[in-house]
Amino acid sequence: MKSKGFYGIYGGQYVAETLMPSLHELEAAYEKYKNDSDFVSELREYLRDYIGRPSPLYFAKRLTEHCDGARIFLKREDLNHTGAHKINNTIGQALLAKFMGKKRLIAETGAGMHGVATATVAALFGMECEVFMGAEDVRRQAPNVQRMEALGSKITSVTSGSSTLKDAMNEAIRNWIKTVDDTFYVIGTVAGPHPYPEMVRHFQSIIGEEARRQIMLKTSKLPDTVIACVGGGSNAMGIFAGFVDDEDVHLVGVEAGGSGLATGKHAASITGGDTGVLHGCKTKLLQTDDGQIIPTHSISAGLDYPGVGPEHSHLADIKRAEYVVIEDKEAIAAFDLLCRTEGIIPALESSHAIAEAAKRAPNMKPDQIIIVNLSGRGDKDMQSVQEFKQSQENK
Amino acid sequence: MDRIKNTFELCDKENRKAVIAYVTAGCPDLECTENLILKLIESGADIIELGVPFSDPTADGPVIQKASQLALDHGTTLQQILQTASNVRKHSQAPIILFTYYNVLLANGLDKIAAQCAEIGIDGMLIVDLPFEHNAELVPTLQKHGLKLISLIAPTTPAERASKIAEVAEGFIYCITSKGVTGGQTSFAAGIDDNLRNIREKANVPVAAGFGIDSAEKASALAPNCDGIVVGSAIMRCILQSDDPQKGIDSAAGTINKIAKALKQN
Repeated sequence: MKSKGFYGIYGGQYVAETLMPSLHELEAAYEKYKNDSDFVSELREYLRDYIGRPSPLYFAKRLTEHCDGARIFLKREDLNHTGAHKINNTIGQALLAKFMGKKRLIAETGAGMHGVATATVAALFGMECEVFMGAEDVRRQAPNVQRMEALGSKITSVTSGSSTLKDAMNEAIRNWIKTVDDTFYVIGTVAGPHPYPEMVRHFQSIIGEEARRQIMLKTSKLPDTVIACVGGGSNAMGIFAGFVDDEDVHLVGVEAGGSGLATGKHAASITGGDTGVLHGCKTKLLQTDDGQIIPTHSISAGLDYPGVGPEHSHLADIKRAEYVVIEDKEAIAAFDLLCRTEGIIPALESSHAIAEAAKRAPNMKPDQIIIVNLSGRGDKDMQSVQEFKQSQENK
Repeated sequence: MDRIKNTFELCDKENRKAVIAYVTAGCPDLECTENLILKLIESGADIIELGVPFSDPTADGPVIQKASQLALDHGTTLQQILQTASNVRKHSQAPIILFTYYNVLLANGLDKIAAQCAEIGIDGMLIVDLPFEHNAELVPTLQKHGLKLISLIAPTTPAERASKIAEVAEGFIYCITSKGVTGGQTSFAAGIDDNLRNIREKANVPVAAGFGIDSAEKASALAPNCDGIVVGSAIMRCILQSDDPQKGIDSAAGTINKIAKALKQN
């Protein structure tokens, strides 16, 4: 039995006292509404008619032929409204905010996908919205900043620390401490204090439920391997949720290896980190011996985070899931590969998962199956890809 | 020896409120921190909160964020900060509270740090991001070494919860006076006087008020309903605004002196 809000030794509610009553209020509301028939039917309607669910499970024939091994299926979260899995969660949390009578949403964002998904549902429900985004990310994800502004959200550029996702989250937490009476903090990943890891997993578990049903329909058997990228880990937790009880299904989380683990310039919290407390939960973190959080590096802004959801840390400890690392250059190669073989431009985050699939598939048999969670589309990343390729040419 | 208890009792006897001064260790360097603390004590500070800088200070406003960043840029570590505390202890018996985020303690090892603190003569710890529910992770270790865990109560804390926290509190209770992060607030949360009175009624230990107290006027306004006043960002603002560390120290000492004088008249 796990104790409330904990996954093994990970999880908890490590926040300032000012926030505790709000977490208790949120916990109570989440427990009350998650199975409430009005809430569930309204959520289902939005998932179907607004987001476009179920998302397809697509057999990537040419990618499979290229790898010459296991059959590769892609769970097409990139086809969701707003172009990523993030909206599954924001629609759930915003609906909960509506049921709780909250009028204002705040969110942190890295790549901007969660920010766009939050700005979108704020517009949908007529709520005020402020998104906190690291100044460095504002620069490298300019198209998403424009989308959020078009949707009526206020964007606050955060210049403290390393000016990336963790600093945006710091600032969102600070803002929440000030505005806690009328504001709902929409956390974008399966991290943060309880109940966020559990709640975000719940709203994302639709990915795994659908994928399990779809693969059974298409192939009459379960996949051998399920692969997803892990920053905070919400898309991975979402798809893992559908298979975690199927012990024979191998779960693989792909962390951002940046310039390589040995260089220290990466964002692989499980593979290269130690246990600690950040942003409300105990989990694996990239930190110094003195407990200071280390700036991370990844070509993918969405994976550029020094922590990871507590349930992932636990799944790694008990060896239910395997966590591996893909470097920037491998992710870029996989980005190109999927573009050319399937006519699909993947997000750089998802490209990490594609890269791992392309590595594994050749060593597997043709009757074996890999499902990759294609968590988002890559339109937002064109500038990053171009900059990376130019920097390689100049070397 | 219970330095915290003795200090509050002495203040009570002298018919004044305790002045609790927060200092970010290592800003701009630890030599300055040591001089600053001794000067603050000389100028009327009764208790020192020795702030351990953290890379991600989510409960702090711009002033302490900046002070923390500066300290970390210079490579300040917890071990060095404990050395500074040890130096201060040679000159003063004022209670010292280690004020920190949880991760720095975890990374260094709770038991090891608690043992070191006890040996140096640090009196307690205040952990910003360790709420009441998680106290059990730490309290036995601290008690083993005779250290007090200082509890926080916020304006958002419901009365029933505040009572629970107050009943088991050790040392003193830090009562947060406004919704928000440290420093910069222009007004206190509504009903703060009633809050302070209620908590004081429930608590077996003194009650201190803090967050956004930067003047003698604000300190005096809160004083009737508490046993001590915490001043933090106002001190670090003086340090950050001065090019010359000694000028910063003098200016911070001036602020504390004014507040200490005002609290004598309460």
